[in-house]
Amino acid sequence: MDALPTATAAVLDRDGLQALIEALAARGFRVCGPVVRDAAIVYDEISGVADLPAGWTDRQAPGRYRLERRADQALFGFAAVPQAWKRFLHPPVETLWRVRQGEDGMLFSSAVETAPRYAFLGVRACDLRAIAIQDRVFCADDCRDDAYERRRRDAFIVALNCSEAGDTCFCVSMGTGPRAEGAFDLALTELLDASRHEFLVEVGSAAGEELLAGLPRRTATEPDRAAAASVVARTAGRMGRSLETAGLQELLESNPEHPRWDEVAERCLACANCTMVCPTCFCTTLEDHSDLSGGSAERVRLWDSCFTLDFSYIHGGSVRQTDKGRYRQWMTHKLATWFDQFGSSGCVGCGRCITWCPVGIDITEEAAAIRATPHIQGGDHG
Amino acid sequence: MRTKPRLAVWKFASCDGCQLSLLDCEDELLSLAGAVEIAYFAEASSAMEDGPYDLSLVEGSVTTAHDAERIREVRRQSKLLVTIGACATAGGIQALRNFADVNDYLAVVYASPRYIETLATSTPIAAHVPVDFELRGCPINKVQLLEVIAAFLAGRKPAIPTYSVCIECKRRGNLCVMVQGTPCLGPVTQAGCGALCPGCRRGCYGCYGPMETPDTAMLARQWSAMGVASRDIRRAFHSFNAWAPAFREEGEAHDD
Repeated sequence: MDALPTATAAVLDRDGLQALIEALAARGFRVCGPVVRDAAIVYDEISGVADLPAGWTDRQAPGRYRLERRADQALFGFAAVPQAWKRFLHPPVETLWRVRQGEDGMLFSSAVETAPRYAFLGVRACDLRAIAIQDRVFCADDCRDDAYERRRRDAFIVALNCSEAGDTCFCVSMGTGPRAEGAFDLALTELLDASRHEFLVEVGSAAGEELLAGLPRRTATEPDRAAAASVVARTAGRMGRSLETAGLQELLESNPEHPRWDEVAERCLACANCTMVCPTCFCTTLEDHSDLSGGSAERVRLWDSCFTLDFSYIHGGSVRQTDKGRYRQWMTHKLATWFDQFGSSGCVGCGRCITWCPVGIDITEEAAAIRATPHIQGGDHG
Repeated sequence: MRTKPRLAVWKFASCDGCQLSLLDCEDELLSLAGAVEIAYFAEASSAMEDGPYDLSLVEGSVTTAHDAERIREVRRQSKLLVTIGACATAGGIQALRNFADVNDYLAVVYASPRYIETLATSTPIAAHVPVDFELRGCPINKVQLLEVIAAFLAGRKPAIPTYSVCIECKRRGNLCVMVQGTPCLGPVTQAGCGALCPGCRRGCYGCYGPMETPDTAMLARQWSAMGVASRDIRRAFHSFNAWAPAFREEGEAHDD
């Protein structure tokens, strides 16, 4: 996406937003955005504004999520949805190749299906950062995932400057939101009060500018921009929690035997929900399946988690036998060693691991507990 | 011509549901019959051939002295013995007798209990003979069963994960019913069913038994915080896999 001055901005009303969705569909994109399903707001295919969760919000807390009614008809008045865009760009189950026994030997064929060209409507600031982090994982020169890169290159991103923060949100402290920054085509800010329901649209790419030019819109005024800025400022002031990042890498790396790891291990179920919902966790496992006749086989890639025993299984057994060892590995990688590996934190402050932990373990609380009493030595190695 | 491996399917105390999962493999039955010789499968065929067998699939638990003897003979006749289902791997729902006096059950169920010869307990096959692989589920998943048979034929390890239902649930894109307020055994239960019940907005019933590292105590504490009564926690753990050690002990830790 070519960078453009973010000065380009316009204002759409609800009809304009409808026109935006239709224009994306007309260009061959499969448009996905927030919808209400199973008592939650999730990302799915949409065909118009009527599919969006007008008047719905969520109430999130550690280990708790409830869908609730809003007093207004906001279309984007909710916090992070249960699963991020990861499942579109990095699908949970993907058959990589198939092989069959031919007359002259084995015949391999790629099984990766051509993905639709996605347009994502409402990519929150934290999730935009998460996509950028997964780009570094999957599009690195030395280990490129062609299918991911193709899906990513084809995607049209309509980002969202958040107008709502949840109890488990902490993007401000991670420096990842609530204002969407990075590679987007267009970015929306929902402007809703008694007198209007409009969307400030900022342009982030040539493709975004071209699309916007064909929509019914008006030019953004200084008061529109000020209103959008105040939406973001209000959201930033409503973060449910925060994570102190100063010196965090050194703190975690120098406290592998802190007693807090034993304490959190008492509560951790090792069920792997945190890693599944994390928008940056990227680990996969491979399963090879042969058929009954022995004439063909396939290799399937599936989302995996560092909380399983198999994940660290090498000859003779699993390296990380205890919940303590596995939780410490996950959190230390996410918040500390990720810097060494990818040049940034692996956490974007979306809070999903807190909300969707069945027992409500809070990564910000765990980090704070270690910070409160650093360099206390605990028990055995996990 | 290479002789085909000989397959046998055995029934002990069970409902036949797991054997039916094999018959339910409609699209794959012909290839299965092409790959193995189905030498003994009383549920499907009256042609019952003598052993030895290369692969025995065993359904059901041991609840009679006669069956305790019979499983030894099956083991003797089988190169590889794979148990299928919760009864064969954990004693099944009938292992509830293990927590009570079986004679009390007999008196309630049968008009003339004096004709019944039964053991005081229902026990898994592995309590009687060495088992090569245990396939979980109540009932088993036919895709997993085919995977085990295909792996046996290829001489490879079957890809049967032992992690939690949650991983399958999230891969499917299900919403977590537990976080939305419905008690669920998924976090301590082994995957394999494809997260069937959470996919229908129900809590997991634990049909596949304890996962590899089940923290049942913490899950029970969370259920309790959600308002689930002690008796209901006990009953949730004491169902199809009541005699699996992790579920047995957790259930016993809660009053009935």
